[in-house]
Amino acid sequence: MTGEKVKVLRYRADKCVGCRKCEKACSKVHFKVEKGGDRSAIRIMKAKGDWWEKLPEAVRKGLQGASDGEAEGKYVMHVCDQRGLCIDVCPVAAITRKPTGAVWLDRKRCVGCLSCIGFCPIDAMRRWEGEIEPFKCISCGSCVRACPEEALYMEERDVEEIKEVVHHRMGP
Amino acid sequence: MLKGQVPPEEYETGNTRHTWDIEELKKAHEVLAEVGYEKGEIVRGYAGKTLYVNLSTNEIKEKPVTEEMKELFTGGKGFGLKLLWDGINKDTKWDSDENELVMSAGPLNGMTQYSGLGKCLSVTISPSTGLVCDSNAGGYFAPYMKFSGFDALEVQGKADEDVIIFIDGIEGKVSIEKAPLEETNAHLLSEQLTYLYAAEDTEKARQMVTVVSAGKGAEHSYWGCLNISFYDLRRKVPRLKQHGRGGLGAVLRNKNIKAIVARIEGFDGMADDPADISRIAKVGEKYNREMRDLDRFQNNMRQVGTGNIVEVMDAYDLLPTENYRFGSFPKASNLHSPNFFEYFTKIIPDGCWYGCTMACAKAIDGFEIRTGPYKGHKVTVDGPEYENAAGCANMGLWMPEWVIEWNFYCDTYGLDTISFATGVAYYMEMYEYGILNKERCGGLELCFGNFEATMELMHRIAVGDEDEFVRVAAKGIRRMKDWLIANKWGEQLLIEDCGMEVKGLEYSEYVSKESLAQQGGYGLATKGPQHDEAWLIFMDMVNNQIPTFKDKAEALHYFPIWRTWFGLAGLCKLPWNDITPADNAKTFSPAKIPEHVQNYADLMSGLFGKEVTKNDLIDQSEKVYNFQRAMSVWMGKGRREHDHPPFRSMGPVTKMEYVSRQDRYDQELEEKLGHSEDDIEKMTVDQKLQLIYEYRRDQYEKLADAVYYRRGWTQNGVPTPQKMASLGFGGYTAMLEMLQAAIDADDADGKNVWYGDYGADEEVPCDDLRYWENDGLVQEDYFDE
Repeated sequence: MTGEKVKVLRYRADKCVGCRKCEKACSKVHFKVEKGGDRSAIRIMKAKGDWWEKLPEAVRKGLQGASDGEAEGKYVMHVCDQRGLCIDVCPVAAITRKPTGAVWLDRKRCVGCLSCIGFCPIDAMRRWEGEIEPFKCISCGSCVRACPEEALYMEERDVEEIKEVVHHRMGP
Repeated sequence: MLKGQVPPEEYETGNTRHTWDIEELKKAHEVLAEVGYEKGEIVRGYAGKTLYVNLSTNEIKEKPVTEEMKELFTGGKGFGLKLLWDGINKDTKWDSDENELVMSAGPLNGMTQYSGLGKCLSVTISPSTGLVCDSNAGGYFAPYMKFSGFDALEVQGKADEDVIIFIDGIEGKVSIEKAPLEETNAHLLSEQLTYLYAAEDTEKARQMVTVVSAGKGAEHSYWGCLNISFYDLRRKVPRLKQHGRGGLGAVLRNKNIKAIVARIEGFDGMADDPADISRIAKVGEKYNREMRDLDRFQNNMRQVGTGNIVEVMDAYDLLPTENYRFGSFPKASNLHSPNFFEYFTKIIPDGCWYGCTMACAKAIDGFEIRTGPYKGHKVTVDGPEYENAAGCANMGLWMPEWVIEWNFYCDTYGLDTISFATGVAYYMEMYEYGILNKERCGGLELCFGNFEATMELMHRIAVGDEDEFVRVAAKGIRRMKDWLIANKWGEQLLIEDCGMEVKGLEYSEYVSKESLAQQGGYGLATKGPQHDEAWLIFMDMVNNQIPTFKDKAEALHYFPIWRTWFGLAGLCKLPWNDITPADNAKTFSPAKIPEHVQNYADLMSGLFGKEVTKNDLIDQSEKVYNFQRAMSVWMGKGRREHDHPPFRSMGPVTKMEYVSRQDRYDQELEEKLGHSEDDIEKMTVDQKLQLIYEYRRDQYEKLADAVYYRRGWTQNGVPTPQKMASLGFGGYTAMLEMLQAAIDADDADGKNVWYGDYGADEEVPCDDLRYWENDGLVQEDYFDE
């Protein structure tokens, strides 16, 4: 059975000060190190200069805190939103929706094919250079608890409402 | 199914379920030989040894993969040819005891980070051609064989009774086992053996088993194909990919092999031991994003697979219809891809190896069979792919459900859909002309469009029907031509010209009449007329990018060599050009798809841990390409006369074809042959046919002149010892001497001359008739930007 509800990570841009404690908490969960950065599923970015032009379109689609690039000097957040399109592209069914509704990748079943990375519509499936298996936000809430500014919170949504299925029509 | 995100355990195919007493099947197995082995480590893509099994003596042994072997042959088909060269002799026939079936992986084979990295490359002496036939197929066999410890499997000899060769990558054992009770037909046999050999009763364990099999049809036909299974976690059935061309399945059954099975415990994305996974992953991620963003705007491979081109071929007059007489047909819209899209199960990832995001291995679930032994069963059907739909167009079978059923039975009986369709289309045309009739066809009304008769012929082949027509039909067009001519049932030239085979192998499903380059792509292909060496129709006919003989020769030098490379590395060709980067059209040579070629150079560099350039890939391939042609010369079928296509592939054979495209051919008479409009008006169709016939045959000779010259071969199509030596085969003395003897014999017969009829204003490829006495290599940068 998969869950009908899912907790999705949300962001209050006005409260974030860019301390990145959330990233460190996240990398602790995934890699047992408080490094953040490319070992974190949640990413905080500073909007400055030509940052918007440099971002791949898919990343832009998933940003919270700046939908149109108008965020000069502020911080923006990018993370998986549990839509689960990746579930149906995994050839070994290593990605499943758990009873909590969150989308998980079982690293023991994963064969490192990177299909999920390529097909994530917001480029939120991540891979750290040192490993071949990807990782993603599992809605564990560690970042929410780690944020001193209350800039992060969990929002409960209906799975049916947010889920997205991989493209399966002919043509666009 | 349409809602998506369904957990695998909840997927339902609606197929008929089978319950077998697996224990009873297992109990009947008698182990004839068993050898344990050290699994060893895979190093930079190579397991470092090959497996030799002799079924006559029950010998099982390992052979080392040497550095020289890697250097000269790279892997995959290269290893296959090398082992075959060492194992057979020039007179070996397909059913000789010493003929070998060699199945190989390739260094990049088994990686998962890029699309199409799981192809098995197999070679053997073909019953159809008497030559080396190479064929590639997806499915899990090649990677699992490699993960079990072997870069290739070489099977020689014949068993007395049906056996299974079992490569146990978990226990580190290879065995030959008598297996009397299992089914022979592939869809059932694969399922039985998947359950029988799975290490435990779990889906995961079943996914780690792969089965190579043929089917009942392969026991009685030269069209026998091999099926390679890949267990589908969601559908919970082993699905099948085919080594279609050349009769590999016939060889398997002739050796009394029921199946070859490999199993492993598991693997991960690093199983091939890449030196620089980051470099590989970067390329893979980029490519997968390309697939995400562009496929739906380009080919819809993810939605309908290769069938997407049925409508394209139909629109460009290239869809073979009624034995290649026409290139389009009003009813063809029945077989356009949207009709199959309706049937395909959607959303499920359909790669035939992990990580292939092109995922063109579409399948239909719960399809109810209407004829034959499985009537009433509901089954999963792999495909139809383009060739299957187009093959049915060739036979005039215009209903999608006919295509699907025919496709299912071809697979499970182990029959090559391409050869079957091209063959039967020819028989149907002969039937139309009265050269064949109901009586001569063993009671079958084998006219175009007769689905029942087509299926009955197939079922009769599968049960080994003794009727003379059925037996000859099952051996293919070449034997049918000989039979028709021997019986004096028709005009010899018509019988020869209509039957689409070269070297004894049936054509694949494209009309090459209006593309001289593609006529060469088919006629000059080493193993016989399959489009995997060159598909130049658009470049040549539609876009007019290669107008001169020299241009066409360059294309027929580069593309066959480049396409050969996929077979060396253990890869599928489709991800190279069935999607193109957004800016591909702006590159210096869009047909080469330079960015994707660079991807492959990056993958190989990342695996080996040393820089491999695009030109290096071509160099690897040119060696093996020439080696295979040299083997054809050795086996007596590697000369110009063996590269001659039937006229049906070059132009109109019959008046009906001429009249159906009269404007085109009249225009050719005027523009190319210089006849005035008035003259043309006065000519009969027969006279016009004759003129086109002579002109186009001469054009083909000129093309062959230019291509052999470009390849550095003699005018009679023989690679020289000089060329082979400069490619690195200097140590292959026996081969070099054999080639020299062939050239000397041609010299004595005056065969090393230009074959085209060159006018005063036309140039021969080279003034020096003995140009090939040099080293025969034209070194150059193929990617000069």
